[in-house]
Amino acid sequence: MYSPCRTEAVVVAVVCLTACHASHRGVGAAPVLGADAAVVTSAFTPGLDHSVSTIDPRAAKYYDNAAAVNEGMRLFGQYNCSGCHSNGGGGMGPSLMDDEWIYGSRLEQIHHTLVEGRPNGMPSWGGKVPDEQLWEIAAYVRSMSLPQTLAAQNGATPSQTPAPVPRAVDQDSGWSPPPGTTNDYTSLTKGP
Amino acid sequence: MLKNTTLWLIALAPMPNALAQTVPPPVAASEVFPPEQIGHALSAPTPQVGHTAPSEANAPKDDGQWTMPAKNYASTRFSSLTEITPANVKGLAPVFSFSLAVNKGQEAAPIVADNVMYVVTAYPNYVYALDLTKPGAPLKWKFAPKPLPASQGMACCDVVNRGGTVSDGKYIFNTLDGQTIALDAKSGSPVWRTRLGNINIGETITMAPTVARGRVYVGNSGGELGVRGWIAALDENTGKLLWKAYNTGPDADVKIGPHFKPFYPSDRGTDLGVKSWPADAWKIGGGNVWGWVTYDNELDTLYYGSGNPGPWNAEQRPGDNKWTTGIFARDPATGDARWYYQMNPHDEHDYDGVNEQLLLDLPFGGRMHKVLIHMDRNGYVYVIDRTNGQVLSADPFGPVNTSRGVDLQTGRLLVNPAKETKVGREVNDICPTASGAKDWNPTSFSPETGLLYIPHENMCMDWTNMQVSYIVGTPYVGANVHMKPGPGGHRGELTAWDPVNRKAAWIVKENFPIWSGTMATAGDLVFYGSMDGWFKAVDARTGKSLWQYKVDSGVISQPVSYRGPDGHQYVAVLSGVGGWSGAIVSGPVDARDGSAALGMINVMSDLPKYTTAGGTLYVFALPH
Repeated sequence: MYSPCRTEAVVVAVVCLTACHASHRGVGAAPVLGADAAVVTSAFTPGLDHSVSTIDPRAAKYYDNAAAVNEGMRLFGQYNCSGCHSNGGGGMGPSLMDDEWIYGSRLEQIHHTLVEGRPNGMPSWGGKVPDEQLWEIAAYVRSMSLPQTLAAQNGATPSQTPAPVPRAVDQDSGWSPPPGTTNDYTSLTKGP
Repeated sequence: MLKNTTLWLIALAPMPNALAQTVPPPVAASEVFPPEQIGHALSAPTPQVGHTAPSEANAPKDDGQWTMPAKNYASTRFSSLTEITPANVKGLAPVFSFSLAVNKGQEAAPIVADNVMYVVTAYPNYVYALDLTKPGAPLKWKFAPKPLPASQGMACCDVVNRGGTVSDGKYIFNTLDGQTIALDAKSGSPVWRTRLGNINIGETITMAPTVARGRVYVGNSGGELGVRGWIAALDENTGKLLWKAYNTGPDADVKIGPHFKPFYPSDRGTDLGVKSWPADAWKIGGGNVWGWVTYDNELDTLYYGSGNPGPWNAEQRPGDNKWTTGIFARDPATGDARWYYQMNPHDEHDYDGVNEQLLLDLPFGGRMHKVLIHMDRNGYVYVIDRTNGQVLSADPFGPVNTSRGVDLQTGRLLVNPAKETKVGREVNDICPTASGAKDWNPTSFSPETGLLYIPHENMCMDWTNMQVSYIVGTPYVGANVHMKPGPGGHRGELTAWDPVNRKAAWIVKENFPIWSGTMATAGDLVFYGSMDGWFKAVDARTGKSLWQYKVDSGVISQPVSYRGPDGHQYVAVLSGVGGWSGAIVSGPVDARDGSAALGMINVMSDLPKYTTAGGTLYVFALPH
């Protein structure tokens, strides 16, 4: 099934991983893969595993929930989130209304950021405010960059009419090429 | 008034880019008060009694070096070098450049001592020492202080650093996470490091330390996070804390005692730093020292301005909020306060008092006075008798409608009630804007022309107060702000100001606010940089544009000039746009939110069409 090209890429990746791991333990050179060694492939992906089954069940009630994003908006002001992130455009902290997610765009990832904080200055809110409020803030943050929320912007202050977060936005594969992209990388593996 | 019309029109030409929102229309000229209506002085100008100049104690004979950001204690930022002139400046060309490896706002002045140039960058506050005796000025050493990464999230307005100072074989600078560090100037190895700030309460340090007579003076930032402001003195040889004085709270903390003799009665009383606030509000009331500390080598006195009171929502802190937004004179040895003058009692517009102060001898009222000249965020040039803190004159240099001048009998700013800020109501067309008619970027002064070269803004704002709760380590602001261009639509001006005759000699308009300092030379030139990336020289007497060079990113730093090992005059500047005004380029900010970066994005959303983030040292000279 696998073309030589594809297999070679995977082998290189495995060797690299093994070597790094070995050097951490102070062990010598990486083991050499023999010709008959099994090449293990898995659902190993860069970044988040985007399969639907991994959605945190705790997030479920905050999808398609208009009350949650509105409460999140109120809390976003009350807890001074707006002091750093303004009305989504950022300032001391990064913008939240664009499509760049440093730590992931899923509700559970945003919630995780709120709970744990982040090394460049994001405070950790876990244990300091009720967890349900952190989920509501996460829903509001996720809503800021939804097309419906952006379309509702009136004037120079965005995110004042937050759309509920559809469950579907956390079920996609995380990234897809822009429309019009020739998406035939799989054909390269077929060989000449 | 000369207008730099040609260049300005080119800069305004539309460019094909859909990155930004539209910059709002300018405030109408009728919205601001005519300068002659609101400018006041205790007496008519008497220019005939003497020449305006710094004393020799504060501005000794120029040795061709540039060892402190302000050049000298008088803070004139004036180089007496004369090789580069209006006649030959068109030949000025880069001789070397050096990448700073940091693409954040670069606000520092390059420092030159013993044929070595020292540069400190924005966070992570790298320090580079370059050997000027060798071709291309190779790197002599680099020091990485490794400040705590979380400090980035505590800095209100980009992760800037305003420079270091060379003194007695050491390069002394501050880090964003609150350290003061002295490096051996020859080797770059630390002589001492002292931690003064605590980022967990929102405290950072961005200012340039001032070093004089064996002491290092440092203050904190954090006025947007409810951080209580202070200034500290350290022993220059050991880094040991000698004294620390707060700008809010009980007299003992503020170092107010028997030697405190403020000029105006409103500043006299016991514990005004407590009584002029609601209960305990002074503990989180700001008044930080993130601008310029000036040492007076003639009167052995220290002067500095305190920052805005917190939160911005002034309705949460009724009272005069002492000792914020004022200038303190202190005893450098003990820290004891000598006098204080408050530019903005109960500030309602974020008018920090931290801007530079120039120490000059100036003719006034028929005799020479030892004055301190301060260009405040509130839009006035204050000429203050620095022996006692009395305001001699206060005149607007930018668009003003928040006040109708300064009452020179009481010293009090005459606040315009129509522009007071309110909860739940947007007050429109407030001038100047929160970042001021002028921010931190310093003015220069030429004793040859007698003019101050004020780099400043022409911007206004809309403001709505919001209730805000104090949560430690988070912003304590409580205002929704949207900035806009001032009358005329240009957002910056270089004003050559005659402090004796109290009027502008000429004005150069700039499309963007000028966020760089200016530097004047005895060759009758003034250098400054624009946020769209031009480093410029104009004629010091007329403002005529004489030379400009496009650097890799906008300029918001402090140009300097020095004599190289070969005896020739050089001019150095850092590029690297950022800071509060440049956050739209250097920060992770979205132009669709006009309230972003404390309302600055509303008026700067087009900057990404003109420049990208960068960070490079450029050095120029005439061909030789």
